[in-house]
Amino acid sequence: MSKVYLALQDNDDSRYIVEAIVDDNPTATVINQPAMIRIENDGQLVVRRASVEEKIGRDWDMQELHLSLITLGGNVDEDEDQLSLNWNT
Amino acid sequence: MPVVAITPDYKFEAKDRFENFHGNQIVYVGWDHHLMFCAAFAYPLPPTTTFADLRDKVMPEGFAVHPEYSKINWETATWLLDNEPFKPQLDKSLEEQGIGHKSLLRFQTPELKGYKNAGV
Amino acid sequence: MVAKKLNLKEKYRALTRDLDWDYDYADRKKAFPYEEFEGIKITDWSKWEDPFRLTMDSYWKYQAEKEKKLYAIFDAFSQNNGHLNVTDARYVNAIKLFLTGVSPLEYQAFQGYAHVGRQFGGAGARVACQMQSIDELRHVQTQIHAMSHYNKFFDGFQDWTHMHDRVWYLSVPKSFFDDARSAGPFEFLVAISFSFEYVLTNLLFVPFMSGAAHNGDMATCTFGFSAQSDEARHMTLGLEIIKFLLEQHEDNVPIVQKWIDKWFWRGTRLLALVGMMMDYMLPNKVMSWKEAWEVYFEDAGGALFKDLARYGIRMPKFVETTAKEKEHISHQAWWIFYTHGHAAGFHTWIPSAEEMDWLSEKYPDTFDKYYRPRWELAKEMEDRGERFYTNGLPQLCTTCQIPMGFTEMDNPTQISYRSSDFEGEKYHFCSDGCKHIFDEEPEKYVQSWLPVHQIYQGNCGGADVETVLREYYKMNLGEDNMDFKGSPDEKRWNEWKGKGVA
Repeated sequence: MSKVYLALQDNDDSRYIVEAIVDDNPTATVINQPAMIRIENDGQLVVRRASVEEKIGRDWDMQELHLSLITLGGNVDEDEDQLSLNWNT
Repeated sequence: MPVVAITPDYKFEAKDRFENFHGNQIVYVGWDHHLMFCAAFAYPLPPTTTFADLRDKVMPEGFAVHPEYSKINWETATWLLDNEPFKPQLDKSLEEQGIGHKSLLRFQTPELKGYKNAGV
Repeated sequence: MVAKKLNLKEKYRALTRDLDWDYDYADRKKAFPYEEFEGIKITDWSKWEDPFRLTMDSYWKYQAEKEKKLYAIFDAFSQNNGHLNVTDARYVNAIKLFLTGVSPLEYQAFQGYAHVGRQFGGAGARVACQMQSIDELRHVQTQIHAMSHYNKFFDGFQDWTHMHDRVWYLSVPKSFFDDARSAGPFEFLVAISFSFEYVLTNLLFVPFMSGAAHNGDMATCTFGFSAQSDEARHMTLGLEIIKFLLEQHEDNVPIVQKWIDKWFWRGTRLLALVGMMMDYMLPNKVMSWKEAWEVYFEDAGGALFKDLARYGIRMPKFVETTAKEKEHISHQAWWIFYTHGHAAGFHTWIPSAEEMDWLSEKYPDTFDKYYRPRWELAKEMEDRGERFYTNGLPQLCTTCQIPMGFTEMDNPTQISYRSSDFEGEKYHFCSDGCKHIFDEEPEKYVQSWLPVHQIYQGNCGGADVETVLREYYKMNLGEDNMDFKGSPDEKRWNEWKGKGVA
């Protein structure tokens, strides 16, 4: 299975986003690199608004992800509740 | 394959045609397996330049700094002209022996293996 | 009663598709004159999907927030004399190359997207291109601002737009974008949005910017990542464009494949410069070029092309060559610049003993065998007081315009020579990839403005190299060029750091 991934700037918001991603995607791997955090998973990865709000302790708009996002790989599907990445193979 | 273009007659003169070099032609010269020189040199020369002048006057400017350059035996060195085996005639001009505009000359000195025998 | 809030999909539809109109008295073909000549068939523009569903109002909101964060860091960087915190003044030379070589491409991208954004019949595509165009303008502006701080303290930053248009090695990135922008609008998107943004820019912005952070340069790291946050959107756009074109008509498949082949190879050649920046110009290393290529092209690109296989798209032509080139390309590129250090607008140097050991470790099959000897020769000459600057101008590749210093991958001490004849003229190439691109569109590349030939044609202000550098390139000779050792940059740095002259 191909890996999808996203990378976030290593900042305070990302800390909570990563925690939420890890909770929602138990098989995901987190890789810390200078100033950035890369999260990858086989086939699929999902970021859920509700999970991030739970961790960050405030309302969080899905599109706020763009403020910390560095890059991603995979087909994107986004609505107001979640962003998912997947490969069809 | 032609360019797919919005204009039906997409056609331009070659930017590097001979006429643009004020009487000179371009000759490239490279020494195989001697990568101290990152690439072949490009020389602008009158087509009447003799091979002797190219080899003994022009080439040393760039190549002589190589520790093996003075050891080259020009009697046994081999040449390729545009990827075909070539026997240069020292007293003949470039044009007389088929060295054309933007021709590539490469020479080989198999007994010289480059700095530290590493092809450098 | 409070009006119900539109959900994301409804809002996206209202603010993109609903802004479009039908043509009842004008000829639609005349309104979009560039839409058909490339042979791409679009049957239904409404199938265009933007997965991020970003609308102009949210776009301004989030971009403004990104800018505020970014400029706060620039201020802090400058107020804190951030330039003194970089690992080593050699590092700054990577930033000089970035400003002269990459930032002008952001401006070219701005112009390119503004142009094609006008040319598509579909409103979704027009809005996406408009946003990307504004993004690219933001990138060039933030890069200028970030690097203006370095301009106060280091040489080589003063005339970057002028240099971009003229300097020999900057014709490599410039001609890359000129090629894309002079193509039709669909080729431009496949070239820049897909082949460059999706497949290759991660290699420029992710490991290199992480490397900037690792070398104490928070300003560059931050503009890089801030630009890259837009890039994530651009990449997604790139992938959607490809899927859209492939789903619209089966006749599009071979055309798109041809463009992917061309632009993948053009991109790998351009990235040779990034490879040498990562392996040779960052004093603190994050990962080698080879590792970056494996993670960001072989793994990520491999997954992508597997996904696209269902449309009949295969891996780009010559991809097997790149699997070998990753072991060689950065070393060969830095050698080109080192040996032409007198003609470069930034400083070059021999890697230190520790750096060479790192390179041996990262390139166990190639560095000691092929490249360490080059540096030992250079060191021997430097120690004799005869720092090696090559005397003469190099042969250039007609397509990528890089000096022909790349080798046969199965015979790495032999330069790779390829050539074609077209209408009585000879053309030379560094690789099968560059030759193939020429052979597909020779009428385009006979126009290549090759810096070496232009100098010999007398179009660059003088006959000797020094005049060209000084008058035509506007380099400050003795300051911008030559080895880092003995440069004014090095001298100032040692004074600031309280070090004796090395």
